This record gives sequence, C-alpha cells and structure tokens, in this order.
Amino acid sequence: MDIIGNLLNISLYEGLAYGFVAIGVYITFRVLSFPDLSVDGSFPLGGAVAAVLIINGVNPWLATAAALLSGSIAGLCTALLNTKLRINALLSGILMMVALYSVNLLIMGRANIPLLRQVTVFEQAAGFFKTGPSLSLAIIFIAVLALIILLALNWFLRTEIGLALRATGDNEQMVRGLGGNTDMTTIVGVAISNGLVSLSGALIAQNQGFADVGMGIGMIVMGLASVIIGEGLFRPKGVTAVLLAVFGGTFAYRLFIGIALRLGLPPTNLKLITALLVIAALAIPYMRKKLKGEWVPPAVRM
Amino acid sequence: MSETQSLLQLICVNKAFAAGTTDEVKALDNINLDVNAGDFITIIGSNGAGKTSLLNIIAGVYPPDKGGKIIINNRDITNFIEHKRAQYFGRVYQDPSIGTAAKMTIGENLSLAIARGRSRGLGIATTKRRLTHFREILATLQLGLEDRLNTLVGTLSGGQRQALALVMATISRPSVLLLDEHTAKLDPNTAGIVLTLTENIVSKEKITAIMVTHNMEHALIYGNRLLMMHKGRTIVDLNYQQRRDITVIDLLAAFERASGEQLADDSILLSTSKPSDKN
Repeated sequence: MDIIGNLLNISLYEGLAYGFVAIGVYITFRVLSFPDLSVDGSFPLGGAVAAVLIINGVNPWLATAAALLSGSIAGLCTALLNTKLRINALLSGILMMVALYSVNLLIMGRANIPLLRQVTVFEQAAGFFKTGPSLSLAIIFIAVLALIILLALNWFLRTEIGLALRATGDNEQMVRGLGGNTDMTTIVGVAISNGLVSLSGALIAQNQGFADVGMGIGMIVMGLASVIIGEGLFRPKGVTAVLLAVFGGTFAYRLFIGIALRLGLPPTNLKLITALLVIAALAIPYMRKKLKGEWVPPAVRM
Repeated sequence: MSETQSLLQLICVNKAFAAGTTDEVKALDNINLDVNAGDFITIIGSNGAGKTSLLNIIAGVYPPDKGGKIIINNRDITNFIEHKRAQYFGRVYQDPSIGTAAKMTIGENLSLAIARGRSRGLGIATTKRRLTHFREILATLQLGLEDRLNTLVGTLSGGQRQALALVMATISRPSVLLLDEHTAKLDPNTAGIVLTLTENIVSKEKITAIMVTHNMEHALIYGNRLLMMHKGRTIVDLNYQQRRDITVIDLLAAFERASGEQLADDSILLSTSKPSDKN
C-alpha cells in the first residue's frame, strides 16, 4: 500500500513539474503547428540559470523567474530564425538546441552544479508553512503554480492575440488575410512555450538538488508522449479541457514509467521506451487506416 | 476617370516569376487599372491569364516587380506587407478551407475577422456582445448558422464555409472585396446561393468588389464592369453600357479579336458548367 501511495505521489509531483514541458510542447506542436525542438536545450537552460543564480546568493524566486525569462529569450531566438531568416521550423529548433548546449555550459562553467544546502523555492515554501521540505509540500507548491499558469493560459488563449495565435497554427494564410501578424503570433507562442519549459527545468533542478547540462536529453519526446497520452486518454474539447488533459497525460506517462521502473526496467532503457511509445502513438492511426484500405498521403519531409 | 475619384489604382504593375531563368513566366504584363468606389468588377480569363496573380498583388501576398505601384485612397501601399494591407482588402479564396479556420468555432472565426484593421490586444476576443452581433448577421444568410456559433468550422459543408468566409471578408467593412473564383469549388446550386449572397452583401454594404471568375455568364450577369485578361494583360475592358447588351458569343469574339487567337479553354467555353480546375 505504501509502495503504491509513494509511486502515486512521485508521479503526481513529476506529472505537475514536467507538465509545464508538456504544455510548452503542446503550444508549439499542436497550437502553432511549429515543431520546436529547442526544448531539449531550453530545459537545462532553465536549470542552469536558476542554479548559477542561487549559488551566487540570488533569491530563489528571482532565480526561477530569471530561468523562465531566459527560456522565453531562447524561444524568441528560435522563432526569429524561422520568421525573419526564413529557416525551416524544425531546423531552427535543432540549431537552437545545439547552440544552447554550449550556452548552458558557458552559464554553468561546468557540467553539473550541486544545489545541496542551498535555499531553493521549495525550502522557502516549506518555511512559509513552518515545516521542512517534503514530497507532499512540493506537490502542493507546484500544483498552485500550475493552477496559476493554467488560468493565465486559459485567459490568454481567448484574447484577441491568443485567438490569432491559435488560428496561426490552423490557417496561417487566413490570419494574414485578416490582418493578423503571423510572425508576431509565432514569436509570442514559441517564447511562451520555451519559457514554460525553462521554468520546469528550474523547478526540477531545485527539487533534485542539482542542475546538469544533460538533463534535457529526450525532453521533447517526453513532452510529446505526455501530450499524445493526454489527448488519447481524455479526448478533450475546448481550450480549458486540453490544458488539463496535457497535465493529466504527463501524470499518466510518469506513472507508466514509474511502474515500469519498479517492475525492473533498467533506467538506461527509459528513453528507448519513451521513443517507442511515441512511435506507436503516431503509427497506430496510420496502420488502422491502412488496414481499412484508406489512402494516406506520404509524410511531410520539410 | 480622374485620379482623385478612383479608390484603387494599379500603375505599371508587372510580375515575372523565376525571372532571368528559362522558366520565366510573365504573370502580369504592365497592368494599369483604376477602380472607382462602388465598382463591382468581374474579371474573366483562361488558365494562366494572371487573374489570381492580380488579386495576390493587390492583397500583398507578393510585391509587384520594381516600378509598379498600388495606391488606395491616394495612399501608396506598394510596400505594405500582406497583414498590413488587410485593413483595406477582404478576400474570399477559391478553396473554402483557406478563408476559414477549421479547428476553431464559427464564433471564433468571426471574432478573428472583426479585428481586421484594428490592433489585436489582450481583451477577450469572443465576447457576448460580439456573439449577439454575429448571430444577427448570420441570420440574414438564412443558412441556420446563427444557432451554431460554437460549432467547429471544419464540420460545415463547403457552401456553408464559403458563406461564412464571405461574411468574414466583409464584416469589418474593408474598402475593397476581392473574390477569387470563390464559387468554383461549389456545386452549381450552392454556387448560385453563394453568388446571390455575394451580390446582396456587396449592394447592401456598398462595398467595392473585384470578382475573378472562370464563368463567362457570371462575368456578364454580375457587376458593372468587365475585364478580360490574357497572358498577363487586360485585353478587354467593358463598362456598364458596353456590357449590357453583350452575349457570351460576343465576348468570345471580342477575345479572339483582342488576343489574335482561338480560345481553347473548355471551362470558359462551357460557361454554365462548373470549372474543374484552378489556374
């Protein structure tokens, strides 16, 4: 019973903390139709910025906010490569991801920064409730944060800019024809997405007690898996439902991984399993159509 | 036509694609056009005549070659990019899926359209007041769309989507409405409904309109001025008087006289049938 309870708690914490990554991936891949791969770089960027600022005595809240901002700037750069220099979206993200690897090392000065015995947002939150840091406290803290961000996004996606942003991913030609600046909506969307990813990196680094330059590897696939699982499990309709479903999907994904690990899956196989999961989710609809004899156009290359 | 009168002017507009290569295509060849306020111009021509290129140049999808000018209300907008030009031009495309956003609701589509020409901010887009307004406008179409504001546009039929696209193109009262063979992909019956709607909206809102069509009969029935294009040039320009007692046969003769060749485009000859393809 304890094992199950513990597993659920850990999955809940991870589902919420990595949920920001999934929301970021959802905004680029699904809302904007912009397959942004900079995520693998902006996740450790958030961890790096927060860790370096914290060990240099900056207030952890401020450090976390700075991490969010740094991610938005990274996203801004990716979107500028695409909109202003006309570089293919996929390539813009890859270029940014590669560049960020060096940038992260430059920021950190080394490959790993331990945060043990440093005051993090989790300790500060614990201090507020006059208790020590614990898993349940981390869950409550991130849940509140997630709620705030969900409410903000839920509002933003219904504003005039938010509506234009959603329409950009649906029908870019139409948005321009109606006077919407699709360069601007793309930039705003990718910046928000990477800001959330970096926020997640900053929170994870503080809770696990270190920032590592390799902590972002496979983050994009994990985010995609969470989004796909969320959509498949909850079949959400409407903006609010989708946002909640993405968090739900992240939780389900983390629970699945947690169970697999408990059952003896070597942690080294984790990325392989995640990749297989996404491949299956993407290929099954095609196979199903093929079996029914439907014609499916070849995949897009560029 | 004096210059101060005209609403929209195209001066020396040329457009060559793949210029300087063996694939060079002269899409527009020295077009000079004066559009008066209140005009409803129909443009006809065979595939590759430059009709759609002309609308794309006006809407700012791409710029004219050096030296060409586009002027609206005496303002030079040649260097305005597409989304900045959109404040002046509403457009309905041939394909209903280009004029509307499938994964969004009717209400959201109209909310996007009503923001044309204004800066988009952080106010809620689909307000109750707007929805009431949309309901009133959609009711005039008599297609039952007014009760389906929360329906995703992707679930509508082609005709319904094109009717919606027409409302979206005109709801914020642009200076000029550009219609790009907007009934070509609809069945004849639906095409008729959408054309009647077009005429009603244009006359009620007193919008200046340019309608590209493949269909000679439509080109003669609708509007007050007719242009015929061929190989990027306007070869026939008929005003209301000249146009009134002309038939499809006369139009074909006029084409052959002006272009010096036989019209070999079935979709134009069979003027009442639905054109099968886009140029």
